[in-house]
Amino acid sequence: MSSDKKAVLVLKDGTIVYGRGFGATATKVGELVFNTSMMGYQEALTDPSYAGQILLMTYPLIGNYGIDTKDKWDSNYSWFESSHVQVEGFAIRELAVQPEHREATADLSTFLNGSNIPGIYDIDTRYLVRHVRNFGVMSAVLATYENGVDVKKLLDELTFKYESINFVEKVTTREPLIFGKENKKTVVLIDYGVKMNIVRELVARKLKVVVLPSFSNEKDIEKYEPAGVVLSNGPGDPVILKDAHETIRQLTNKNYPILGICLGHQLLTHAFGGTTFKLKFGHRGANHPVLNKLTGKIAITTQNHGYATDAIKLPKDLEITHVNMNDGTVEGMRHLSKQILSVQYHPEASPGPRDSKYLFDEFMKIL
Amino acid sequence: MYNEKIKKVLVIGSGPIVIGQAAEFDYSGTQACTALREEGIEVVLANSNPATIQTDLEIADRIYIEPLTAEVLEKIIERERPDSILATVGGQTGLNLSMELHERGILQKYGVKFIGTDAAAIKRGEDREAFNETMRKANVPILPGKMISDYEAAYDFAEKISYPVIVRPSYTLGGSGSGIAYNKQELKSILELAFRLSATHSALIEKCVIGWGEFEYEVVRDHDGNKAIICNMENIDPMGVHTGESIVVAPSQTLSDQDHQMLRSAALRIIEAIGVCGGCNVQFAMNQQTGDYVVIEVNPRLSRSSALASKATGYPIARVAAKIALGQKLYEIKNAITQTSAAFEPALDYVVVKIPRWPFDKFPQADRKIGTQMKSTGEVMAIGRTFEEALQKAMRSLEVKVPKFNYSEHIYPPTDLRLFAILEAFRNGVSIQEINKKTMINLWFLEKILNAVRMEKQIISQPLNRELLRQVKRAGFSDVQIAKLKNTSENEIRKLRKSFGIIPTYKIVDSCAGEFEAITPYFYSTYELENEAKPLQGKKVIVIGSGPIRIGQGIEFDYCCSHASFALREIGVKSIVINNNPETVSTDFDSSDRLYFEPLAFEDVMNIIDNEQPDGVIVQLGGQTSINLASKLAEAGVTILGTHVDGIDIAEDRERFRKLSNDLGILQPANGTATNEKEALAVANKVSYPIVVRPSYVIAGRAMEIVYDDTELKRYINEAVEVSEKRPVLIDKYLDNAIECEVDAISDGKDVFIGGIMQHIEYAGVHSGDANIVLPSLQLDEKTKKTLIEYTNKISKALGTIGFINIQYAVRNNIVYVLEANPRASRTVPYVSKAIGIPLAKIATKVLLGAKLSDFNLKSRQNNYAVKSVVFPFLKLVGSDVRLGPEMRSTGETMGIASNFEMAYYKALLAAGLKITTPGIALLSLKDEDKPYATGLAALLKKLDFKIYGTHGTIKDIEGAHSVPKIGKAEPSGHDILDLIINKKVSLVINTPTKGGRANTDGFKIRRASLEKGIPCITNVNTTFELLKALIELREKNQELEVRHIEEYWQ
Repeated sequence: MSSDKKAVLVLKDGTIVYGRGFGATATKVGELVFNTSMMGYQEALTDPSYAGQILLMTYPLIGNYGIDTKDKWDSNYSWFESSHVQVEGFAIRELAVQPEHREATADLSTFLNGSNIPGIYDIDTRYLVRHVRNFGVMSAVLATYENGVDVKKLLDELTFKYESINFVEKVTTREPLIFGKENKKTVVLIDYGVKMNIVRELVARKLKVVVLPSFSNEKDIEKYEPAGVVLSNGPGDPVILKDAHETIRQLTNKNYPILGICLGHQLLTHAFGGTTFKLKFGHRGANHPVLNKLTGKIAITTQNHGYATDAIKLPKDLEITHVNMNDGTVEGMRHLSKQILSVQYHPEASPGPRDSKYLFDEFMKIL
Repeated sequence: MYNEKIKKVLVIGSGPIVIGQAAEFDYSGTQACTALREEGIEVVLANSNPATIQTDLEIADRIYIEPLTAEVLEKIIERERPDSILATVGGQTGLNLSMELHERGILQKYGVKFIGTDAAAIKRGEDREAFNETMRKANVPILPGKMISDYEAAYDFAEKISYPVIVRPSYTLGGSGSGIAYNKQELKSILELAFRLSATHSALIEKCVIGWGEFEYEVVRDHDGNKAIICNMENIDPMGVHTGESIVVAPSQTLSDQDHQMLRSAALRIIEAIGVCGGCNVQFAMNQQTGDYVVIEVNPRLSRSSALASKATGYPIARVAAKIALGQKLYEIKNAITQTSAAFEPALDYVVVKIPRWPFDKFPQADRKIGTQMKSTGEVMAIGRTFEEALQKAMRSLEVKVPKFNYSEHIYPPTDLRLFAILEAFRNGVSIQEINKKTMINLWFLEKILNAVRMEKQIISQPLNRELLRQVKRAGFSDVQIAKLKNTSENEIRKLRKSFGIIPTYKIVDSCAGEFEAITPYFYSTYELENEAKPLQGKKVIVIGSGPIRIGQGIEFDYCCSHASFALREIGVKSIVINNNPETVSTDFDSSDRLYFEPLAFEDVMNIIDNEQPDGVIVQLGGQTSINLASKLAEAGVTILGTHVDGIDIAEDRERFRKLSNDLGILQPANGTATNEKEALAVANKVSYPIVVRPSYVIAGRAMEIVYDDTELKRYINEAVEVSEKRPVLIDKYLDNAIECEVDAISDGKDVFIGGIMQHIEYAGVHSGDANIVLPSLQLDEKTKKTLIEYTNKISKALGTIGFINIQYAVRNNIVYVLEANPRASRTVPYVSKAIGIPLAKIATKVLLGAKLSDFNLKSRQNNYAVKSVVFPFLKLVGSDVRLGPEMRSTGETMGIASNFEMAYYKALLAAGLKITTPGIALLSLKDEDKPYATGLAALLKKLDFKIYGTHGTIKDIEGAHSVPKIGKAEPSGHDILDLIINKKVSLVINTPTKGGRANTDGFKIRRASLEKGIPCITNVNTTFELLKALIELREKNQELEVRHIEEYWQ
C-alpha cells in the first residue's frame, strides 16, 4: 500500500485498535458511530449530521469509485451533501488507492487530506461495530502519525462529550441562501445542518428555497412569506436546542405547513412538549424498513440519527404515521389538525434508496 | 395473515442436473416446501431427479419421482387435486411446465390456481414482446430488439440496428441457442439452432452491447407491492458473457451510490410493472463511461442468481417467496437470522466472489470459449474481507489444475481460463490498460488482480516476515501458493504462520453487517482481530462437502452430506458442514448446526478443525474431494470417522488393491501399472488388447480410454495424460460384452448391509456414471448374486470398512470380476435409497458414529423396478462428441419407477428427455464389432413400424432396408446420410462410435448433426436393444404410463 502513515483509534472504554493512516496527519476526537450503507461514502462524509462524529463504515472496501470534486456542493447534481467534509475522522477496513469511475476526480485519501481529516484503515471494522453495538456509541480519538504516538495520553485527554455540544451552531449557514430563485412559491428551510439533496428535491418541485440559519426566529422567517417551512436534519442532541423548540412552536402557532426531517422531526417533538431519547448505537445506513401506517406499506429508507422520539410521551396532538420495523421506534408523525408532517429518516436519500421521495410530494400538497 | 383458500400446493422441481440448471433448484425448492408446510399447507412435489433433498419424505407430503412432462403432471394433478401451483421454484423447467399446464387448460380443468407470481406476470417477464411493452410503461430503457421467426426479417432487422446483434431464443434455459452474430452468415447459423430450441420457434434479435458492465438485482415483492432489493451483484466479465459464465462479485464494487440507486429504482419499477409476487432477478447493462443503462432481462422466478444471493447475504429468498405466495406481507415475515422483519435489505460487510466451474477437462475437443450460452456445470463461492481474499479463496475452491497454456489465447475471446490467463499476462508484464482494452473488464477489478500479482512478486523477492505474511494472508494467498513461490512446503509455511500467531478468524454472515445480534451459525474465515466462532459446545462432527457441481461429482454427494448433517442432529451430535458450493442444500445455514463457507483445501479444512476441535471428521460423503483429504488430515492427527485411511488407500491404490483381491481369491481383469511408455506397452501386451487405460487417483474416469492397439496406446501416453513415477497409468484388460454391476453397501465392521445389486444396461466399458442402471438386476442368476454378496462382504471386511463402500463388478460367462472399490458414498446412493425406501446416507452416518447395523430394521421395501438414466451436455458443448465411454460425461440423472422393467426404463428415459416417435425412419450405422447385431435391431425396429435406412455395411443383411450413401458419397443430386439428418428425414439415429476419440469422423458428424437437429441418437447397442424391447412391450400390452407417489412404490 502507498501510505506509511500509521493510525490508532482509542475508545473511551480503553479499547485500542492500531491500523494504517490516510487522509490528514491529525488527531481528532468525536463520537464513534457506524454506518451500514455499502455505497455513498462521499455523501456521508459531507453530511452535516455527522458533525462531531468519527464515522466507521461496515462495508470493508471504501473509496472504490473515488471522489467527485468537479460538481460543486450547491449544484443540481453532486455527490456533496454540503460544502466540505463534516466528520471528525473516518475508519474503514480497506482504502481504495486506484479508484475507477467516470465522475471521479480524486481519491479518498487525497480528499480527506485536503479537508484536514484523518482516516484509519486496515483494521477489524466488524470488531469495532460489534463493540459499539454491544456497549453503545462512545467517544473516541483517532490519531494518524508518522513516528510515534502516546496512546495513554490520548486516552487521558479524551474528555469529549458529544451530548453537551451544540453542533448545529457550528454547521448552520451564517447567511440566508436562496435556491431556485426563478420559482414563485417559496419555502423556508431552517438549516440545522441540511443535506443539500433536501434543497435539490424541493427545487425540483418548482419551489424557491430560502435556507436560513438555525438561529433565525419567527420574525426572520415571516419576512419571506413562505408557503411552508422545512426543518432540516442536523447533528447533536435535540434537547439542548431550546431556542429552536421555541421558534418552531411559534411557527406552528402561525399555522405554517411544516415538514420536519430527522433532527427537524425531533425538534418538532420537543416543540409540542414531547421528548427524545438517545439510542444505544443509533440508526445509520440505507436499509432500514419503515412501515407507513397510513398506507400499510413499507419503504426501505436511509437513516442517520442517534436520538429518537419517545412514543410513550408523544404529545396528544401528534400521531405516529411511520414506524421502524426493526425496533419499533417512531419514524414519522403528523399533527392531528395542523398541516405538519415529519419523518425521522431521510426521504431525500443521497445516499440510499429513493423510495420515500413521495414525502416531498405530500408536502407539496399541503403547501 | 395468509390466503385461507390455499390448502394443497403442487411444486414442480427442475428435473435432472443439466448445464444451466443445477442444484440451486433443489435448494430453493426444498426451502419453499419447508416454508409452505410450516404454515400447515400440504405439499405435492414432482421431480424426476432422485438425488434431491426435496424428494425426501421429510420435505413434502406427497412425492412423485416421475418424468416431468405435462401429461405426467396432469395425472398427478388428477390424483392429488391440489388447489394451487407454485411455478417459480423449479427453475425454467418448472416454470415452462406450469405455463404449459396453464396454456393447455389443465390447471383450469382441475381448478388449480397459481400462487405467488401468476401466469400473466410470468408472461410479462418471459415473453419478449410483452416484456418490452411492460418496460416501456415502467419507463425503463431496453435495447432495440425484435421478435423474429423467419430468416429474412432477421437479416433486415440486423442490418437496421447494425451488427453485432445478439440472438436469444424465447423460453430456453441458460442461454441455450443464443449467440452473438457479427455478420449475416453467423446470424443464419445461430438462428437455425435458436428456432429449433425455442418452444415458440422464435428468437429475439437485439443490439449487442458487448463490453458494458453487467449488474444483477435480486428483488422480492409481495401482493401489496412491498419490495426490497436483497442483493446487487456485478459481473466481472462484462456483457457478452452469460451471467452464469461470469465471475460475479457481490455487492457491486464499481457503482457510485447514484449509479446504484438509479438501477435499484429501475429494478423496483420493473417488478412492480411485471407484478411479481415472490422473488425476481433483474439484469442490467450499464455503459460505465456514460452512465447509460438498459434492462437486459428479467427472471420472474427463483434462479441460480437468487440462490447465490441467498448464500451471499444470508437472506433466504425462496423461503420468503413461498410465504409471499401464501399471501403474507413482506414485513410480516420474520428474518430468521436477526428476528427482525424480512422487509429489509441485507448489508454486507464482506466481499463475495462466485466463479463458474466448467467441464472442459472432460471434453477436450469442445470449444472452450465462453459467451452467451452456458457451458459451466457448477460454481463456487467464497467470502472474504477484501476482494483479493474472496477471489483467491474462490480460485482454490474450484479444484482445477490449470493446463499449460498460452495466456494470450484465452483472454479475448474469453475461455474458461480467462482469469488464469490475465494473472499470467500480468506476471509477464502486460499492462492493465492493454487487458482492459481487450476485455473491457473494469479497471478496478484488473487493478485488484494485478495487486495479487504484485504480492506474488513481493513474496518471491522479500523475506517472509510477520508483516508480509499477514498482509498476503489477508489477501487470500494460501499456504500452498506461498510455499510454491518460496520453494518450500505447505507445512513449513503453516508452521511459520502459526509461529507468528497468524491464524484465521471466523466472521458471521448475519445479513446486517453486525448491526443486530445474529444467531446464524454461518461463518467464513478471514485474517482479522476478532474470532466470532467460539468452538461449539458438546459432541460435534465435521462433514466435509463436495464442492462445485462437476461431471462425476454432482448433487448426489451434496445429498449425502446434507443427510449426514440431518442424521447427526437426530442423534444429538452437533453437525458442522464445510463446503463452498452456493447452489446446494448443504450450504443452507439451516442444514447444520454450523456452516463454514470455505474452500475444501487442506489448509482451510485444517484451520476449521483447529478452531473447533471436533470429535471426528466425515470424509466419505463428499465424493473424491473429501476422501482425497483423508490421509493428510489423519497425518495431522485428525480423527477420521469410519474406514481407516489405510483401508482407503488400499482401495484407491491399484497395486495394493490388486494384491488384496488376489489374497481374497477374487478375480480382477488382468491389469498392471506403468510409469512410462515402454512399461505401458509391455503391460498392454501381457494382458492383451483391448485395454482400459487411465491415470491413478481420478474423479469419474477422467482421461480414461479403451485402447485397442499399440499405436493408440502410444498416443494416449504421449498426449492424453502426464505419466511419471509418481503418477503411473493403470492398465486393465477390457472385458468386452461383460455385464457390469455395482453394489452400494454399508459396513459397521461386523455386518455388511447391501443396499442393492445394480445392473448396468450397457456392457462394461461405459462409465458407471453414464450407464443406465436397473435395480433389481435383470440378468444375474442367484449364484452370481450370492457371489457378489460374498465378495462385497469379503472386500468390505478386508478394507476395514466402516460406513459406505461402493464396489463395481463385471460378470462374463458367469465369472465375477471386481473392477474397483470406492471406500465412500457413491453417486448412486440417493437413487438406491429411493428405490429401496431406506435413507442409506443417514444410516451410514449413524454407523460412523458407532451405531450397529443391527440397531436398524434394514429391509428393502422395494417392490418395483427402478431405473436410473442420465442426461448429457453434448448440445451445449459445441465440438463435443456424442458417445459413451469409460470417461464420464453426463451431468445429471433421472429415475423411473414401475412394476415392470420396460415401463421403468421408458420413464427414466422420458424423464431424461428422450422422446421417440413412431412410425418413422430409423437410421442405422454401426461400428464393425456391432454389425452382427444389426438384424436383431432391425427386427425390433420393424415391429415398431420403423423403416430402416443405413449405411451399406450395416444394413446389407436386413431385408427391405434402404441403403444410404456415406458422407460426401452421394450423387450430385442425391442425399448422403448427413443430409438426411440435417433435413430431418429421419426420426431415430442409432450410431455406435468406433474406437478412439477423434473428431471429424463420419460418425462424429452424424451424431453431432442428430443432436443439433433434435433427433434422438443412441450410441450403444445394449441401450438400443433394451429401449426397443421396452417400447414394444409397452405397445403390445397397451400399457399406459401410470404415476404413483414414492411410498406407493414401496412395500
